[in-house]
Amino acid sequence: MTMPLFKVLKPGLQTTVQDSGRLGYQQYGISPSGAMDSYSMQLANLLTGNPLGEAVLEAAMPGPSLEALNDVSIAICGGDLQPMVNGQEMPMWKSSILKKGEVLSFGKLKSGARAYISFAGGIDVPPVLGSKSTFINGKLGGFNGRALEAGDILYGHPAVMKNKFLHPDLIPEYKKQLAVRVILGPHIEKFTKDTIEQFLSSEYIISAQSNRMGYRLDGPKLSHIGGADIISDAIPLGGIQVPANGQPIILMAERQTTGGYARITTVISVDIPALAQAQPGSVIRFKNVSIKEAQDLYIEWKRLFKCLSLGTGL
Amino acid sequence: MNLVIVPLGDSAVRISLGDKIDEGTNGCIRKLINKLEKAKISGVIEWVPAYTSLAIYYEPDRISYAALCKELEKIHHSSVQFHQDKPVVFEIPVCYGGEMGPDLAYVAEYHGLSEQEIIKLHANREYLIYMMGFMPGFPYLGGLPEKVAVPRLENPRKSVLPGSVGIGGNQTGIYPADVPSGWRIIGVTPVSLFEPIKEEPFLLSAGNYIKFVPIDKEQFLKIKKLGESYQVKTYARE
Repeated sequence: MTMPLFKVLKPGLQTTVQDSGRLGYQQYGISPSGAMDSYSMQLANLLTGNPLGEAVLEAAMPGPSLEALNDVSIAICGGDLQPMVNGQEMPMWKSSILKKGEVLSFGKLKSGARAYISFAGGIDVPPVLGSKSTFINGKLGGFNGRALEAGDILYGHPAVMKNKFLHPDLIPEYKKQLAVRVILGPHIEKFTKDTIEQFLSSEYIISAQSNRMGYRLDGPKLSHIGGADIISDAIPLGGIQVPANGQPIILMAERQTTGGYARITTVISVDIPALAQAQPGSVIRFKNVSIKEAQDLYIEWKRLFKCLSLGTGL
Repeated sequence: MNLVIVPLGDSAVRISLGDKIDEGTNGCIRKLINKLEKAKISGVIEWVPAYTSLAIYYEPDRISYAALCKELEKIHHSSVQFHQDKPVVFEIPVCYGGEMGPDLAYVAEYHGLSEQEIIKLHANREYLIYMMGFMPGFPYLGGLPEKVAVPRLENPRKSVLPGSVGIGGNQTGIYPADVPSGWRIIGVTPVSLFEPIKEEPFLLSAGNYIKFVPIDKEQFLKIKKLGESYQVKTYARE
C-alpha cells in the first residue's frame, strides 16, 4: 500500500529522484538522465532490499532535510555529505531504520559529491516513459519533473528490515586526483596526433561550471583541424566534446542526446561513477584503453552486481 | 561496400552513411533502421539517427563490440527486402505573424518581401525530419528555402511559447516547450509535439516529413481548445 514516506523540510541544492535512467527514447531527444553514480545507487538499493534499479534520491551539497512520515529502512551510499538523524551522525554504506518523526539531514561535505538515499520499498512516483528518473531540463519524470522543494511529500511502500552492511572492499575511496580511462574517437579526424597526445598527457581540472549535464574542464587548450563543428550526431554517456574554445566538456547523465561539437574520446562505463563523485577542483588524467579492455571491465562490473544480488536473494 | 563503424565508447557504435546532409543519406539510414527493427539483435538497447549517421546503444555484457559489428555487417548486406512504410507527411497548422510570430516582420524586411510572401515560402512545402534532439520532441528539419533564411537573434529570448516555429540561419523548426532561443520566431502551432503520458508520446519521428499549413487566430484557438482530440492531418509521401 502506498504510504507517506517523508516530507521535505529543506530541499538542499539539488535533490532529485533518480533510477537507472530512461532508455529507449533518445531518438526523440529524451535524455536518459538517471543516477550520475549508478554504482552507489545500486548498492544503496541492495542494502534496503530493493531491486537494484529502484528509484533513490540523489543529493548534492548542501543536502536536504527530510522528515520521516513512517518507519522505514534507509541506506546512504556515495559521497559523504555527513548524513545525520536528528543531528546525530549516521553511518553510510549500511542500512538503518529511520523512525517516524525523525529528521534526516546533512552537514559538511567530507568526500565525493553526491549522496544516494534508498528507501526500503522504493519511492512511489509515476514512471514516465518507463523510468522514475528526473529529467530536469525536460521537466519530466521524478517528482513533478523537478528537484524537490520544501513542503513536498513523497510516497512509497516503507518497509523495515534487518540492518545490512557491505564488505569494506566494496566501498570506494574518492580522490582529488583521478585516472579516467577513455576510448579514442569518434571524431579523431578533427584532431592532430599531437593534440590527442596532449589531451592524454595533460592534467585537466573539473571546473565549478559542472552539473548533471556535463563537466567543464580547465586545462591545456586543444586545437581542431578545420574548426570544432561537426555534422551533429548522437552523444553517449562520457563523450568528451571539445568546443571552439578548446576546453573539453565531459557529457554526463543528463546530457543532450545529440550535439555538434567534435568529440575526442569517450570515458569508459566503469569509470563514470568515480567521475560522478569528483568535486570541482579535482584533477583528471586520461588514459587510453582498448574497447576489449573496457568491455571486460564492464562485464566484471555487471557480474559483481549479479553476485551481490544473489547473495541477498534478490 | 562495408559499413563505416566507429565505437562511441564501450556501449555504443556509430555507423556513418555519408558525409552530406541529403535525402539520399537519410534514406540509407531509414533502410538500416528498418533492418535493425526486424533483426532484433540481442543486447541492442536503442538507436539514434542523426544527419549522416546512426548510433546504436548496446549492452557489452550481452554482445561484444566485435560481435555487434559482425551482426551489423550481416544485416546491412542481407538482400532481404522488408516492407518499408512510405514516409508520412504531418500537416502542422501554424498561426503566422502578429503576437504569435514577433519576428515575421523582420524576416520579411530582411528579404525585401511581404509577410504574406514569406509565409507562402515557408509553408506548403515538405521538410524532411533528419533527426530529433536538443530537447524532447524537437525536429531538425531540412529543406528551408534560402529566400527565408535569416541570421539568429543577437540576444536570444529567455523563453518562447511552446509550439513556436522559428528560423535560425538556414534551419527551421518547432520548439515543443518553452525554452530560451536565438531563432527568429515567425509563428506558433497549436499542436502539441510531445505528451509524455500519452500512449504515443511523440507526434514526429526522424525520416518523416512536416508541412506547415497557415491558419488564422480563430482556427488556432479552435485547435488549441480541441487539445489532444485534434487529429493532425497526414498523408503518405510518394
